[in-house]
Amino acid sequence: MADDLKELKIELSKNGIFTTTLEELYNWGRKNSVWPLTFGLACCAIEMIATTMARYDLARFGAEVFRPSPRQADLIIVSGTVTKKMAPQVVRLYNQMPEPKYVIAMGACAISGGPFRDGYNVLKGIDRYIPVDVHIPGCPPRPEALIHAFMTLQKKIEEQALAGDARPRHLHAELPSEFPVPAFGEHDLEPPMNRDVFTAEPGNPLKVIQ
Amino acid sequence: MMGNAEHPWLTVVGLLVGAVAFGFTPLAMAWLWARIYSPQKQGAEKNATYECGLESKGDSWTGFGASYYIYAIVFLVFDVEVVFLLPFAVAFTGLSAGACLAMLVFLLLLVEGLVWAYQKDVLTWA
Repeated sequence: MADDLKELKIELSKNGIFTTTLEELYNWGRKNSVWPLTFGLACCAIEMIATTMARYDLARFGAEVFRPSPRQADLIIVSGTVTKKMAPQVVRLYNQMPEPKYVIAMGACAISGGPFRDGYNVLKGIDRYIPVDVHIPGCPPRPEALIHAFMTLQKKIEEQALAGDARPRHLHAELPSEFPVPAFGEHDLEPPMNRDVFTAEPGNPLKVIQ
Repeated sequence: MMGNAEHPWLTVVGLLVGAVAFGFTPLAMAWLWARIYSPQKQGAEKNATYECGLESKGDSWTGFGASYYIYAIVFLVFDVEVVFLLPFAVAFTGLSAGACLAMLVFLLLLVEGLVWAYQKDVLTWA
């Protein structure tokens, strides 16, 4: 929205007139009805389960409906260590989700491999294969951290444009919704990372390869 | 009065049209929205039948082992028989000869199953 329109909206709201746009209304509905996939990998999943229960109550954010099928889910919370044996399955589940779909990488393992980073069988972060929207550090992150990640995701959804070049991937018909599933190679997964998704330089995550 | 003297059902027809429109308008709007703002992205993985993250292997038209019938027969012999034996034992003194005979035939059929299972070595634990 242009700045003068935003000002007009604020001016109107000061006088008791609420205005909105189709885009805002649509995103407001989307951000409050994100359905996560029933999917847990390791100890972080226990914290994820705790988040959904009465004490932390993720239902307050419209996300209590954990779906047992990827066909009905919008969000995959990668909660725990992704082993190389498991990585193809995670990518395949992500591929089977309908668009728009989001990923929260929960915990040190899901974002980088965590304490098992040097293990021969551990993937050094799921962002090597699928685009991650929110990373949460922690080992494991507390339910508050997951709720914060969820609110961050909600903010992200809220700001997504419905039209124009800045619109998100799922609204670009030519961009794929599936990502290549890695295969079990002789020593490692083949390919070890998807360069279209993972733009950081290996061993130096702050340096981004263009 | 809304009704028309010549067409007394006109109000009902109006309500019917309204009811159908009430149901179909949101569906039509959702369809239209999806046409504009939700580009279809089909794919081999997305359309795969199996949705557990694993690739399905082989053919679903395979033979299943039918050996479970042995458990079914032994279950009948030991469990269902008791259900009938208890009322039989309670009402035994008041039963006619015909009823007693019918019950013994029933028992014989089940004992036959037990003998057959014994011959097949089903009753061994290890």
